[in-house]
Amino acid sequence: MTDVLQLVVAGLATGAIYALAAIGFTLLWQTSQTINFAQGEFVMLPAFFALAAMHWWGAPFGLAALLAIAASMLLLGVVFKAVIVDPLIRRGVLPLVISTIAVALLLKDGTKIVYSAEAQPFPSVFPDKLVSIAGITVSLAQIGVLAAAAATIATLQWFLGQTRLGRQMQATAQNPTVARILGVNVDRMILYTFLINAALAAIASLLVSPIYLAKFSNGEHLGLAAFVAAIVGGFNQVRGAIAGGLLVGVIDNLAATYVSTAYRQAVPLVLLVLIILFRPQGLLGRREERVI
Amino acid sequence: MTRRAWTLLILALAAIALVLGPLDLTDFGIPYAGLKRYGIYILTLWLVTAVAAMGVNLIVGYAGQETLAQAAFLGIGAYATALMTKAGYPFGVAFAASGVVSFVVGILLAFPALRVQKHYLAFVTLAFAIFVWLVIRNEEWLTGGVSGMDVRRPSPLGLSLRPALYFYWFTLAITAVLVIAMWWLLRSPWGRAFTALRENPIRAESLGVDVRMYTVLAFAIGSAYGGFAGALYAPLVEFIDPAPFSLAPSFLLLLMVVIGGAGSFLGPFVGAAVAVLLPEWLRFAESYYLVIYAVLVIVMMAFCPTGIVGLAQRLLRSRRRNGVEDGTVALTRAKQ
Repeated sequence: MTDVLQLVVAGLATGAIYALAAIGFTLLWQTSQTINFAQGEFVMLPAFFALAAMHWWGAPFGLAALLAIAASMLLLGVVFKAVIVDPLIRRGVLPLVISTIAVALLLKDGTKIVYSAEAQPFPSVFPDKLVSIAGITVSLAQIGVLAAAAATIATLQWFLGQTRLGRQMQATAQNPTVARILGVNVDRMILYTFLINAALAAIASLLVSPIYLAKFSNGEHLGLAAFVAAIVGGFNQVRGAIAGGLLVGVIDNLAATYVSTAYRQAVPLVLLVLIILFRPQGLLGRREERVI
Repeated sequence: MTRRAWTLLILALAAIALVLGPLDLTDFGIPYAGLKRYGIYILTLWLVTAVAAMGVNLIVGYAGQETLAQAAFLGIGAYATALMTKAGYPFGVAFAASGVVSFVVGILLAFPALRVQKHYLAFVTLAFAIFVWLVIRNEEWLTGGVSGMDVRRPSPLGLSLRPALYFYWFTLAITAVLVIAMWWLLRSPWGRAFTALRENPIRAESLGVDVRMYTVLAFAIGSAYGGFAGALYAPLVEFIDPAPFSLAPSFLLLLMVVIGGAGSFLGPFVGAAVAVLLPEWLRFAESYYLVIYAVLVIVMMAFCPTGIVGLAQRLLRSRRRNGVEDGTVALTRAKQ
């Protein structure tokens, strides 16, 4: 039983990181109908920004982390919106989907060219010390990741729910036309969503890279985990993405131990298919009106 | 000449070029040295890729869905063919089985996914692509895992297809049949429903087109083309392992159709040519190839979403307009 609990704690830690990526994914979908197939690469890349700052300019880790978040907000937020999303958004979802797939390819192979195909060790903010709480052995790093992700999510929820700006963003997500009539600057709100997504991806990147090492191909797994989390939780709900992320993390970890390691990757996919079959609106989602 | 005659003439010339393409014509007084073994291989690979891309085009260009699993269907076809020919079945049976299995799997995937929301099919195919790749890699007793398995080329009617040229002609003949089948499908009332569905799904539904059934069938037929392509791919390369059937090639297949021109009949052939030839030309910059490809797609989507074929049509039309166009033609065009 303690084994299971230990695995669950470890799973919650990775799951919290998936949740960050999944929240960004659902936010983009809500405000701008952008299905971002490069979301995994968005989580892969900022770690390399931090590594570049540390290795090339000799920046200390704290500064490098801040630079990574800033760079990803600029590149994966502002530039991504201006260059990829804005020209395509009026043409419908399909061209945009294809363009984000190309972006994923570009970021992945670009990183490989610039920073080699080797997995790079990444410094951890939290000490890798084991502690025992109520008979369960967990590492401080896991607790730290969980706490950092929880703090990020709590800040985001406070921002969206309690501040004027956050409420304007929610209004934009729910009904852009009415939001515009009420005087909300819809375009700016959409830009903010992209900035938040980029920041969330960067934080997820800084948290996940010490665990997985920074590697150009990390995006495949992370992106898929974020998709599955978003769909399992409910595509149109932030709290759905949180629940989905945690669930996928825990299931992923349990599967690695109790199902064969060879098919570990398949277990979240089975979950995805089951959800699509039996509860398509997601665990916490509300039913969307069908367009056709 | 009428437009129809022109089309037929161009088709005939293209057919002759494709059949004679690899041959050495210097003996007949034409200064053309033909293709070497590797050139013929590349040409055959282009045909095989184009068959898979035709399937993607049906799904993406005509039914308006996304598929991220065409390489997985290619894998299903390739391994089904490899295993069945190894077990002693004739190639024809293995080829048909590859298509049928892919078709059935396509229905099983698309039916539940399309019950819900349009873009869920993309995610389901993504999951499926990874799942197929895992099975191919892990089930060593069946597929040989990462160490792969050898495939023997078929010898229909006792004629061995070991020489590259014979296998090219064999592939060309099968591709021609598949092209005609696709042409017929898209021209039939049944195929026109696909177009109606893509152009305006709500109107199509109100006119009595069963949107869901047509979309599921489009996906299944497109996937069957993936299976057929796999059945040709396995004997072409004569050795298969999991790598060409992973997620990345599925993405590339989708992107090449877009580059060529999704929703146009020639699009997949142009796209497959770009996808097969680009890495050959860019051999000096091997690692940059995917980056160049990705940038090409992004630029294409922004400035010319109809692909290379669409671009060519636009150029031709503007030339024609500047040239012979007189008042009446302009008038009728304005009315349209």
